[in-house]
Amino acid sequence: MTEILDYDDVLESFDPAIGLEVHVELSTASKMFCGCSTTFGAEPNSQTCPVCLGLPGSLPVVNAKAVESAIRIGLALNCQIAPWGRFARKNYFYPDMTKNFQTSQYDEPIAHDGWVDLEVEGEMFRIEVERAHMEEDAGKLTHVGTSGRIHGAEYSLLDYNRAGTPLIEIVTRPILGTGAKAPQVAKAYVSHLRDLMRALKVSDVRMEHGSLRCDANISLAHKGAQELGIRTETKNVNSLRSVERAITFEMRRQGALLLDGGRVKQETRHFDEATGTTRSGRSKEEAQDYRYFAEPDLVPIAPSAEWIEELRATLPEQPVARRKRLATEWDADELAMRDIVAVGAMDMIEETVAAGAPPQAARKWWVGELARRANEGGVELEELPITPRDVAEVCALVVSGELNDKLARQVFEGVLAGEGSAREVVDARGLAIVSDDGALKEAVDKAIAANPDVAARIRDGKHQAIGALIGQVMKAMRGQADAGRVRELVLEELG
Amino acid sequence: MALTADDVARLAGLARLHLTEAECAELAPELDIILSSVDQVAAVARDDIPMMTHALPLTNVMRDDVVTPSLTPEQALSGAPATEDGRFRVPQILGEDA
Ligand SMILES: [Zn+2]
Repeated sequence: MTEILDYDDVLESFDPAIGLEVHVELSTASKMFCGCSTTFGAEPNSQTCPVCLGLPGSLPVVNAKAVESAIRIGLALNCQIAPWGRFARKNYFYPDMTKNFQTSQYDEPIAHDGWVDLEVEGEMFRIEVERAHMEEDAGKLTHVGTSGRIHGAEYSLLDYNRAGTPLIEIVTRPILGTGAKAPQVAKAYVSHLRDLMRALKVSDVRMEHGSLRCDANISLAHKGAQELGIRTETKNVNSLRSVERAITFEMRRQGALLLDGGRVKQETRHFDEATGTTRSGRSKEEAQDYRYFAEPDLVPIAPSAEWIEELRATLPEQPVARRKRLATEWDADELAMRDIVAVGAMDMIEETVAAGAPPQAARKWWVGELARRANEGGVELEELPITPRDVAEVCALVVSGELNDKLARQVFEGVLAGEGSAREVVDARGLAIVSDDGALKEAVDKAIAANPDVAARIRDGKHQAIGALIGQVMKAMRGQADAGRVRELVLEELG
Repeated sequence: MALTADDVARLAGLARLHLTEAECAELAPELDIILSSVDQVAAVARDDIPMMTHALPLTNVMRDDVVTPSLTPEQALSGAPATEDGRFRVPQILGEDA
């Protein structure tokens, strides 16, 4: 059992320093150095070729779109873009790469020296980005054996479909001065990157698919010490919540060790989602020696100033600025905005409002009804077969009084089932509200006759009883009535 | 600076080459000759000679992001010593973590 210290006690004696390495898988159609498809979930080894299998004599050629994405990411992170830079071979022996090296960048990253400003609970933090470089993903290993883990595995199976998928690795400088907020700042940073990649449309950033992965370096220094402490690198931190949990746990573990007079071992650790703890990984005494050298099979990338400026002009509004603008436009508080971001509804709401819907209604449907249906179907909100235009159309029908919320829900159901546009569903299903007072009055009279005791109470002035009658009428009208109008009619009869 | 047998042993380890002590001792002076030859070339290069990593002064050789046909899984696996379930089968990996 690992000793851990209370979080408050950690902060009393130590200052944390964190560093984050985030890998973003680019959503290009083809791989970084060959034309193989990058589609997720294909039959094993059906997306490989001599280049990504590292067969002798094959030669890589750089994917222009990947370079373009790398530059746009660099610019969005306020980085300098290197006017000239080479790829490098990172040599290591592990079967996830057949070549025995990963093509990466070493001392000439395409983007360097940037920054990101974050607001965490009202406090501003500047995260310095040391570099963002291009590299390729590795193949997928499956360990076969009783434990399913590498220890005790009898053999391993390899699928190289992912090998060669373009990655951008974004590395921060040590983040200091965050104190108790270190875990939240880290989480806010990763969340910011996720929003940014989405806004740039360079990656689908699905953490559950591994298209955004995070390694967290954590160290503690005694309060007032000039030097940073010894750090650990925690891998496998693959959700926003895990970023926060892993850092909190490491701070508490290291704090207990140091207070006890022990030393933190510089090592790689693995985060365990189930227990919220980290465990020691690779226990190599000597540091990795990757023997980087310039990749002789690729020529340098030298983006012209014109190209860089052209790409700069395509940058979307920064997520923080956009969020602030939309919060004001939609009159949404911080909590509401968090919900919107959590379900990934920002774009859809914006487009729905642009199509004429009231912001309040657009928010309500996307964050409530539609997010629930996406969740039930196990798909992302934008994958639902309904467009912002459809939602705006439903909102317009509600505003005009043709639909109430209950009927609107049925219209959504119809649109999602492929029954056509909102209007078509309303017509086909006969969902419009009955505005014919004659039919409504008839239903009101029936309800009153069927519930004489309730009617008597309303006559006595007990208006809270009216809900029961309205309910009866709505039921009789199959929900296709304006509840406000029904109320008026009931009161006309009994008031 | 002369290359030692220890340097060779370390490099051999990194390159997964199994060399005996005698082989390391024999290779050290041989590699040293190669390195000192490179040093001679490096000594000639002054600041006015730009660094060169390619025989051709090319940059930005790129292709469009277009998918081209891949090998079939059968073709991809055809040279593998062992396969299972459409995947390459490799021996258990010791002392490393995934
Ligand atoms: Zn390929």
